Amino acid sequence: MSGLLFENISKHFGSVIAVQDVDLHLPHGRFVCFLGPSGCGKTTLLRLVAGLEPPSSGRILLDGEDITHTPAHKRNFGMVFQSLALFPHLTVGENIAYSLKIRGTERTEQARRTAELLELVQLPDMADRHIAQLSGGQRQRVAIARALAVDPRLFLLDEPLSALDAKLREEMQVELRMLQQRLGITTIVVTHDQREAMTMSDLVVVMGPDNRIHQVGPPLAIYRQPADTFVADFIGTSNLLPGTLSGRGEVSVRETRLKIGETPDDLAVGSQVSLSIRPENIIVRPGAIQGPNQLQGKVSFVRDVGSNVEIYLECQGLQLTSRSTPKGRPDLDQGDTATAELPPEACVVLTS
Amino acid sequence: MSTPLPRGFKAHLPFFYPALMLGIFFLVPFGTMVVISFFQRQVGGFYNPVFDPSNYRNLFTPLFGRVLIFSLFLSALSSAVCVGIGFPFTYFITRLRRRAQVIWMVFLLAVLSLSEVIIGFAWSLLLSRTAGITNILVWLGLMETAVSLVPGFGALLMGMCYIALPYTVLVLYPPLSRLDPHLPEAARTLGASPLKTFFTVIIGALRNTLVAVFIMAFVFLLGAYLLPQILGRPRHWTLSVLITDQALYQSNMPMAAAMAIFFMAVSLCLVGLTIYLGKSRPGGKAS
Repeated sequence: MSGLLFENISKHFGSVIAVQDVDLHLPHGRFVCFLGPSGCGKTTLLRLVAGLEPPSSGRILLDGEDITHTPAHKRNFGMVFQSLALFPHLTVGENIAYSLKIRGTERTEQARRTAELLELVQLPDMADRHIAQLSGGQRQRVAIARALAVDPRLFLLDEPLSALDAKLREEMQVELRMLQQRLGITTIVVTHDQREAMTMSDLVVVMGPDNRIHQVGPPLAIYRQPADTFVADFIGTSNLLPGTLSGRGEVSVRETRLKIGETPDDLAVGSQVSLSIRPENIIVRPGAIQGPNQLQGKVSFVRDVGSNVEIYLECQGLQLTSRSTPKGRPDLDQGDTATAELPPEACVVLTS
Repeated sequence: MSTPLPRGFKAHLPFFYPALMLGIFFLVPFGTMVVISFFQRQVGGFYNPVFDPSNYRNLFTPLFGRVLIFSLFLSALSSAVCVGIGFPFTYFITRLRRRAQVIWMVFLLAVLSLSEVIIGFAWSLLLSRTAGITNILVWLGLMETAVSLVPGFGALLMGMCYIALPYTVLVLYPPLSRLDPHLPEAARTLGASPLKTFFTVIIGALRNTLVAVFIMAFVFLLGAYLLPQILGRPRHWTLSVLITDQALYQSNMPMAAAMAIFFMAVSLCLVGLTIYLGKSRPGGKAS
């Protein structure tokens, strides 16, 4: 099978489990994000790919070739570390040419390739600078150029943008994605930032605090159809309402029967479920209930930050958050009575 | 608080303390030595306080030159061996678990508690014919008869390295344990074997530290005056031995002072040269 394949991979550090039973196939040319909260094992999984740690069990295959025990320096993968790990005693050019020098590439070829890479990361004429003279964003680019120097088979990045300030980070996300699309290189990025993952990736691998993979899929599919309550809560914000499946296509929440989009086939009527609905899908209006799929409550808080408005609603002891654009802002203030409409197609039933 | 500069006597008080200590324990003794080095020796007595630069003129003898060069050579060689052994040793200690690191450090500190005299006599015993390690080699069948390895240059080098190694390791330990563990990992993902990583990245990133440790060991070993007498032959005696001999046994304080000052000046020049060479190499500015 082409691409990167994980077969039943687990990694333990003594009695601590870092990665548990990972089975995963990542096709070529994709931009993949390992996404999860800290301590979920996403970095460990990346280090297993890089060969910096051996797995406790399982196999890793690249294009059908077993690379589980290939030493890191023979894998030919480019990696960008969280600390960037630029060599402080070498100049920008020497850092980038390091892997070429190790391979005994000719000096003129080293210089040509270094210049080409500096052009690629938009740092021309920087080759003679020292690492200490660079800004955070420039270091970032040097680390990327260094990792790409020998046309790696896989491009791995461990929280590469976490040291940058918010604005620069957003710019780099777009830039990184565009770079990957231009080079067509299979890329894996580890991040805990779901926005970053949504911006950049073709494929998101969501890992949970139990050190397992919870869901794999394109970012929007994961956002719209989260596999479980953890994913619903971790990717974006979600309203999670406890309820009971009262019939096919119907969930009762606090005595109110709500129509839902699809009912999973394996769910029996009467089982306890969570109803997940994204804040932007909730429609809030002033006044009492007027139609189906509505919950009545009191406005507990209004957060108006200009670009969007969030209305916090308290409905029979449940917290509901709705988000709308300033144009669609309902005329409501704290303490007002309001009704939230939950469109059936936006309600997702989750079991755990 | 935004006081730009301390004003008044009180605000300057904290600066007086180090200045005072430096004055009492360094400048005054050094000044005394400089003054004495220009005095005239009084045979059977102490010295006459008259200005006489002949002590310095008398330094330029073949013996003094030979001993000076040997002293510098011995210290430099011992320091190089210490750094050569100490660096990989410390590197592997910092990669151990915390507990193991503590045990090694305690062991090294314990070695520091031994005096130069004890170390000297212990090594002369260990390298002797009757009770030395050659007996083990004979017992193992690797040697015909036990031989004495002491006194000799090898024994002296051994002793010198032994007293300086704990210091080298203790000074190397903090920068090595602070070294970003991702640096060697980055080198590995870029295709460097573990050995190449060690030479190109770990040594490279810590080159300034290595130069500093080498200088420290070098200066420290220049002062050794017991080990050359215990473990070496008279031709292995260093300048420190000659200075001691002049000062204590010949009662020629002015001559000893002149020798010490000249020795110090030469050492300082060498240290300066080492720092200059370490900095002027490409990439020396960073880290």
